[in-house]
Amino acid sequence: MITWIKGGRIVDPRRGREKDLDILINKGKIESLLPPGAFHPPRDSEIRQVDASGMVVTPGLIDMHVHFREPGEEYKETIATGSKAAAAGGFTAVACMPNTNPINDSRSVTEFILERARKANRIRVYPVAAISKGMRSESLTEFGDLKQAGAVAVSDDGRPVTNSELMRRAIEYAGFFGLPVISHCQDLDLSNRGVMHEGVISTKLGLIGIPAASEEVMVVREILLAKLTGCPVHIAHVSTEGSVAFIRQAKEQGIPVTAETAPHYFSLDHRSVMEFDTNAKMYPPLREPRDVEAIKRGLSEGVIDVIATDHAPHSPLEKDVEFDRAAFGIIGLETSLPLTLQLVRDGVMDLPSAIAKLSHNPATILSVKGGTIEEGKEADLTVIDLNKEYVVHEEDFNSKSHNSPFIGWSMKGKAMFTMVGGRIVWNSDEHNPGR
Amino acid sequence: MYRFRHQDLLGIDQLSVSDIHSILDTADVFREIVTRDIKKVPTLRGKSIVNFFFEPSTRTKASFEMAAKRLSADMLSFSVSDSSMVKGETLIDTARNLQAMNLDLIVIRHPSSGVPHLLAKYVEAGVINAGDGMHEHPTQALLDLYTIKKKGRIKGLRVVIIGDIAHSRVARSNIIGLRKMGAEVTVSGPPTMIPVHAESLGVKVVFDLAKALKSKDVVMLLRIQFERQSEMLFPGTREYSTFFGLNEDLMKGVKKEAIIMHPGPINRGVEITNKVADGPYSVILDQVTNGVAIRMALLYLLIGGGKDDHLD
Repeated sequence: MITWIKGGRIVDPRRGREKDLDILINKGKIESLLPPGAFHPPRDSEIRQVDASGMVVTPGLIDMHVHFREPGEEYKETIATGSKAAAAGGFTAVACMPNTNPINDSRSVTEFILERARKANRIRVYPVAAISKGMRSESLTEFGDLKQAGAVAVSDDGRPVTNSELMRRAIEYAGFFGLPVISHCQDLDLSNRGVMHEGVISTKLGLIGIPAASEEVMVVREILLAKLTGCPVHIAHVSTEGSVAFIRQAKEQGIPVTAETAPHYFSLDHRSVMEFDTNAKMYPPLREPRDVEAIKRGLSEGVIDVIATDHAPHSPLEKDVEFDRAAFGIIGLETSLPLTLQLVRDGVMDLPSAIAKLSHNPATILSVKGGTIEEGKEADLTVIDLNKEYVVHEEDFNSKSHNSPFIGWSMKGKAMFTMVGGRIVWNSDEHNPGR
Repeated sequence: MYRFRHQDLLGIDQLSVSDIHSILDTADVFREIVTRDIKKVPTLRGKSIVNFFFEPSTRTKASFEMAAKRLSADMLSFSVSDSSMVKGETLIDTARNLQAMNLDLIVIRHPSSGVPHLLAKYVEAGVINAGDGMHEHPTQALLDLYTIKKKGRIKGLRVVIIGDIAHSRVARSNIIGLRKMGAEVTVSGPPTMIPVHAESLGVKVVFDLAKALKSKDVVMLLRIQFERQSEMLFPGTREYSTFFGLNEDLMKGVKKEAIIMHPGPINRGVEITNKVADGPYSVILDQVTNGVAIRMALLYLLIGGGKDDHLD
C-alpha cells in the first residue's frame, strides 16, 4: 500500500530545505517527493492519505539520550512505555543509556533490549553500552562484541568514568570500532553530596550545591583526551556557560568534540527549586539565568549540536520525598519538541537548525538511519502542527512516570503523526481526541 | 488593624516586620506568666500538638513540650531515628497519616531542607519548622531576636555571627530576621564555612576574627560540628580554636555593653573559652528561658484563635 503525505511543508535539515512537497511512501521507504498537485492517484489503487496541510513534515526525531529502565526498574518505565512516550513526542528513534539493572555491559543485555524493542514494535531503540564493566571505572567492556550485538555508542552515563587513564583508553579503543563515546561530565568529588546548583538559591535554601566547576573540569578533561587521541567524544547534557565556552574553543581548534543539551537547560533555571520541587532536581542541576542564555547562544552558534532529553523516569517513591533524598532526573520525551519550537519562535534558531539538532545531528553522531528526507531512504517522519496549543496535563503522559516540571505549562507545537518505516506509530488525534 | 494571619511558621523569610514585633510582644506576656508560681494557663485546652523530631534534639524539643504543657495543650512527642523513607514510605504518605490524626499543629525537625514546606502542602494542621536541614530554624531566630531586644533595641545594632555559616540553619534564620529588623550583620569563620554568595543574604563577610568583632553589639557563636571535619572543612579543633575561637583577648574589640549568644550545645574550649562563655557578656542561659516564652507565643498565635481574652 502506498502512503501519501499530502499538503505539508517539508523541513529537510540536511539540505537546509524547507519546501511544500507531497511524499509518497512505498514498502517503508520514501518513493518520491512531488510538488503539491502533481500526484494523481491511479484509480482502484489502495492509497492511505495523511493530511498534512498546514503542518510541517520533518525527518523522524531522534533522542540520543534516554533512560528506559528496562531491565530492572520496570515500575518506572519499560521499553514499551518509553517507546510510546517517544512516539507521542514525535520521536522515531532513541538511544537508551546503559545504567539499567543489570547494567548494559554485555551482549546479552544489549540483545535483550533490542528484543524488547522489537516486541514493543513502535520506534527504533538503539542501545548504548557501558564503557566500563559494571560502570565501575575499572576495566573496559567488550566494545567490538557490543557493537556487533547492536550497541551504537558507549557511555557510563550517570556514573562517570573517574579514572582518566581508563577514559583515554576507552576513547582510543572506541575510535577503532567507530563507536562514539558519550561522557556524562561530573567530578564526583566536587559535586559530593550536592543536590542543586551552587549559587544564591542553594545558599538561601540551605541545600548543598553542585558547582559549575564539577561539570567543567570533566568537559575539559574529555576535550584534552579527544585532542590526545584524535578520536571523537560527545559531551552529554551541557548545562553551564563555562562548558559552552570550552567546547566552542575545542571546536575552533578542530578537536573532534560534539555536544548535546536538554530542553530543561534552556527552559528553566535554578529558581525552579525555590519551592523544593523535586521535579526541578536533576543532574546536572538547573543553573543560573546566564547559563541558560549561554546554552541558547551555544545552540544558535552550533557549538551545541544536539538537543536530547535525558528522559529519566522516576516513581513517587523516588520523587515524593525530601528534596535532598529525591532521585535526580525528569521525563522529557513528550515535552522536548514544543520547548525546542519555543526557541524557534524566540529567534534563537531557525526551524531547519532546530530540527537538525533533533534528528540529523544525532543520526550523524550515532551513525544511524534517518535525519533526512530523501527518495529511497527509510520513511521515518514526523508531522508537526507548529500552531497546536495545549496545556501539559499529568494524566496525558504516555510515559509510565510523571516526574515533569512542565506540568501545567502552556505549549505550542505538537507531533500529530509519527511514522517509522512508513508505519504510523502515533496519531495524536486518535490518542488524544479533543485535546 | 494588624493581625497575625499565618497558619504555619516555616521560616523567618515568610514573616513581616509587624509579624515579628507581634510575636516578640506576645512572648513578653508569656514570659511574665512563666515566672508565676502557677505557670499553667488553659489557653490551648483541647488542642493537640505533635512534636515530630527526625533528628536528635534536647533543647528545642523540651522547649516546645514545656510551652505546650504550660498552655494546657495535649502534646505527643515522637523521636524518629530516621526518615520514614527507610521504611519505604514516602514523606507525602507520612503527611497523609498525620493528617488522618486530626492534629491542630505539627512541630517538625528534619535533617532535610524543605520538609516542613512539603508537609504544610499536604496537611490541614499548622506546621512549625523546628529546624530543617541547613535551611531555617525560625523559632531559634525569634528567641534570639527576643533576647537581643530585651537588652534594648534591634534596629541599627551591629551583629557578628561566627562559625560554620554555610551549614547552619540558625545562622540563616538569624541573618534573615536581623536584616528584616534593621540590624547590620557580619559573618566570620574559615572560608570553607562561609557559603558562596554569602553577600546575597545581605551580610558582610570578614574572615579575620579580630576585625570582624570590632565595635560589635552582639556576638553570636555557632556550634562547630565535629562531623564536618571529615568533609575537609577544617583541619582540626586545635587549629580551629587557635584561629577562629572566641577568647578574652578578642573580646576587647567588641563594645563594652556587648552580649554573647550561642544556640547550644557549646563546645567549650573550641569555639569559645570557658571564661567567655560564663562571663558577664554571656546571655546564653537567657536564650533558653526566652525560648519557652517565644514558643508559647507562637503556639498561641497559630492555634489559639488570636484573641487576648484567655491570657490570664
